[in-house]
Amino acid sequence: MKHLNEDQLILHYYGEAPDPAAIESHLFSCADCRAGFEGLRRVLAAANALQVPERRESYGSEVWQRLRPRLSERRRWDWKPTFHVSRWAWASLITAMLVAAFFLGRFWPRAEIPVAKLPPGQVRERILLASVADHLESSQRVLMEVVNASGNGSVDISQQQASAEDLVAANRLYRQSAERAGEAGMAGVLEELERILLELAHSSSQLTSGELNEIRRRIDTQGILFKVRVIGDRVRERQKAAARELARRNL
Amino acid sequence: MISMEESDAAAVLRARSGDSQAFRLLVEHHSRNIFRLAYRMTGNEQDAEDVVQETFFKAFRQLNGFEERSNFSTWLYRIGVNCALDLLRKRRRHDEFQEPLEPDHGRGVFEADPHESTPDRLVFSIEVKRQVTQALERLSPMERSAFVLRHFEGMSIEEVGQVLGLQTSAAKHSIFRAVRKMRVALEPLMSSLR
Repeated sequence: MKHLNEDQLILHYYGEAPDPAAIESHLFSCADCRAGFEGLRRVLAAANALQVPERRESYGSEVWQRLRPRLSERRRWDWKPTFHVSRWAWASLITAMLVAAFFLGRFWPRAEIPVAKLPPGQVRERILLASVADHLESSQRVLMEVVNASGNGSVDISQQQASAEDLVAANRLYRQSAERAGEAGMAGVLEELERILLELAHSSSQLTSGELNEIRRRIDTQGILFKVRVIGDRVRERQKAAARELARRNL
Repeated sequence: MISMEESDAAAVLRARSGDSQAFRLLVEHHSRNIFRLAYRMTGNEQDAEDVVQETFFKAFRQLNGFEERSNFSTWLYRIGVNCALDLLRKRRRHDEFQEPLEPDHGRGVFEADPHESTPDRLVFSIEVKRQVTQALERLSPMERSAFVLRHFEGMSIEEVGQVLGLQTSAAKHSIFRAVRKMRVALEPLMSSLR
């Protein structure tokens, strides 16, 4: 067996080498590699000198006591967490719920009611399709802004991050509704979109160029912008068809 | 017996429906772990306390974005790492315009462990801690996060990737780079012991 390289030694130190027995056997018989491994072990053991100050048993309660006033400022606890977000997110959620109701209405059997009392389905469909299309456009805009972001050293994406946070909850409702309605294509794209939105929402608000490139690479690799655009165009087409149908009936 | 993961999942569900005591449980379960992570990322107590507060505040705001099939602890660590990195970046920018600050009043990483008694050991211990801190500060944010999670928090490389949103191979290479840099920085001092 040839000498072990440093990466193999590091993996072995952390117990993640693919074949630890072979490495142990080599270390036993090779003085050079053994010395290298000992050097690595000494250095990593020295890193443990960085001790963490102890925290009392009651630390969790103390953290909660400090945190609680900030949470109360944000919303009252007797409200559902869904409603702590911005006005924009409120609007998104309400429209998302309308879409959910629409898809569910299509999917589930319903009792017969007199035709004269039916809501104007085509109008409702137009409005709901428009809200999905708007959601897709907003998501596309956020992703485009991230893809085109630039800066010296680090890039501030805090605005895009806030938008992504707002879009995640609405996106989840749209996705679940699409799944229930058997719209597999749309559900799939919304799932991919949700992953990217979540990643943006959870990422640091100041990205290094390396981190930004990594996010761009993922957006590019998955072709998510293209897919969102295609699905958005299809929704717009359906919206136009619904409008034409409504106009024809009104003639 | 209910595992920590199951009790977290139940608490998340209750917290989402507006139960403040459920979120309190999550804070109490995870505060010490997040403090430990934050301290190792930032190197001082006050910054670590700020990171703990910010982490739970963000977690609260983003609770609706938490995927039920995910592990709450992994999700929270991810937020914690990002909060620590944000703070380090702000501190770096701030330090560019400020004179060096007075040392932290808490027992920071530069200070001696009172259990280490003989003068030689004490001096050496202080020097090791100083160099470890400097070596960590020289790592890139991603290398530092990956190293802290693998070396100090004992996560597997796969888990490190999950927390940092990286492929396992990318997490592995961040750890390799971090260890190499730590070795270059610390080996001269450790060799002087022999």
